[in-house]
Amino acid sequence: MSLQPSELTAGPLPSRPRAVPLPGGAALGRGVAMTYLSVIVLLPLAAVAAKSLEGGLGEFWDVVSGPQAVAALKLTLIMSLIVVAINAVTGTLIAWVLVRDDFRGKGAVNALIDLPFALPTIVAGLTLLALYGPKHPIGIDVSYTRVAVGMALLFVTLPFVVRAVQPVLMSLDREMEEAAASLGASSFQTFRRIILPNLTPALLSGVALAFARAIGEFGSIVLISGNIPFKTEVSSVFISGRIEGDDLSGASAVSVVLLLVTLVILGLLGGISRWRSRHES
Amino acid sequence: MKAKYGLRFAALGYLAILLVAPVGFVFYKTFQHGIGAAWDSITTPEAVHAFWLTIELVAIAVPLNTIFGVVMALSLVRTKFRGRGFVNSLIDLPFAISPVVVGLALILVYGRKGWFGEWLINNGIQVIFSFPGMVLATIFVSLPFVVREVMPVLREVGTDQEQAAATLGANGWQTFWRITLPAIRWGVAYGVVLTTARALGEFGAVSVVSGHIRGQTETLTLHVEDRFQSFDLTGAYTAAVVLALLALITLLSMNLMKRRGDVA
Repeated sequence: MSLQPSELTAGPLPSRPRAVPLPGGAALGRGVAMTYLSVIVLLPLAAVAAKSLEGGLGEFWDVVSGPQAVAALKLTLIMSLIVVAINAVTGTLIAWVLVRDDFRGKGAVNALIDLPFALPTIVAGLTLLALYGPKHPIGIDVSYTRVAVGMALLFVTLPFVVRAVQPVLMSLDREMEEAAASLGASSFQTFRRIILPNLTPALLSGVALAFARAIGEFGSIVLISGNIPFKTEVSSVFISGRIEGDDLSGASAVSVVLLLVTLVILGLLGGISRWRSRHES
Repeated sequence: MKAKYGLRFAALGYLAILLVAPVGFVFYKTFQHGIGAAWDSITTPEAVHAFWLTIELVAIAVPLNTIFGVVMALSLVRTKFRGRGFVNSLIDLPFAISPVVVGLALILVYGRKGWFGEWLINNGIQVIFSFPGMVLATIFVSLPFVVREVMPVLREVGTDQEQAAATLGANGWQTFWRITLPAIRWGVAYGVVLTTARALGEFGAVSVVSGHIRGQTETLTLHVEDRFQSFDLTGAYTAAVVLALLALITLLSMNLMKRRGDVA
């Protein structure tokens, strides 16, 4: 489970912080905070990188290119791409309805969007399995299929695009749209030519966040996917299987691939946010 | 006009199918056989133990991450040091990393064959498959929230008042307690709520390092999985409903705070 804070990615830092009286031990506090961060986050991740390369690059490659690992990585990446593509459409749609439409209970629907962030992933998976699983009350059973993996990912990534696009849509100047309409543009043309270009940077960062979330997802998938190798086993489940089999090098190698993809996405997000701050100013 | 209703219908329909119906259905299944049955399955010794274990993890991880978050946010926004940009992006990593990888990383450091494994064994300390490992996992995954909530608030409030206080002779601590902390309190509170929710609901990372010892290292989320695997659906649904209720409380307090924060 992940919750979305209002500022998910490292935003621009103030370029010249002014000298302010901080508590006497400002430097000490910073030192302690740095140590905490290093021990909690950096040290363990370094251990994963070190373990994956313990047997040399050759062994790393052998593990990562093994058929089951490749199948898991491929499923994870392709499924995540499909899911964020769907999110781009449905997320924009939901944001649009929340900003431009008005109906009773809109406030409740708006609050509901954050539910996937607040709900533990294992609960998300269980609820999907209860309704769309083998004991289905409505005759739909997607359990142990790739559709189930997709549904679980759609559930947990739902808020990212909505929450990225919504504020931009709110601050959009309506005059441009009215001008386009008065010049004879159809509502679809107005959307494509006027609204969509303005939404693109926010939409992209929402999509990138959802993608980063999707490739690492575990809890919501583990019950409903059945974890069938070569069919519904995603990377995180593969890693967990390796850990249980005490094959820590194998688990580390695939973890490093996921970590690298994550770092690329974080890099892209940084790029998008710099582009946005230029675009929007 | 028609298009408007079409869009509304599509958006609400999507939410209903994906979110509302499954979650609602689990609530229905839980109380299908009456509140008594649900109550019985959530008051088993294992369930009660799992509940309190979860609370203990939260009670350790949240205060630590809150203090860290405020200090780190102050350092990043108000001081300049080498590697500031690197540290700033490092803080996002726990959001983006798979929880399973977090668990693996902890095993590689503190596990039997890990970096500190031998030293820990010699000193009789067990981290992995035991409480300390679960604490570390919980801290890891919930680390960024307070930092990320406090940073924008700090930037927004600026330093004018702090400088005024300093001019009037306040020392660093006085300025922090009387000026800075009151100014960022809603940011901190919001961060604390998010940290708590994340810590309560963590599954993957804790699952990897816990060893799944029923009645010992089983948190509420692990209990949900355990009940499900043991074909005790009522038990699984009831524990899930408890977690879902906690999530709903989180959502409510987030919304209340957003409003308070806007007013303040």
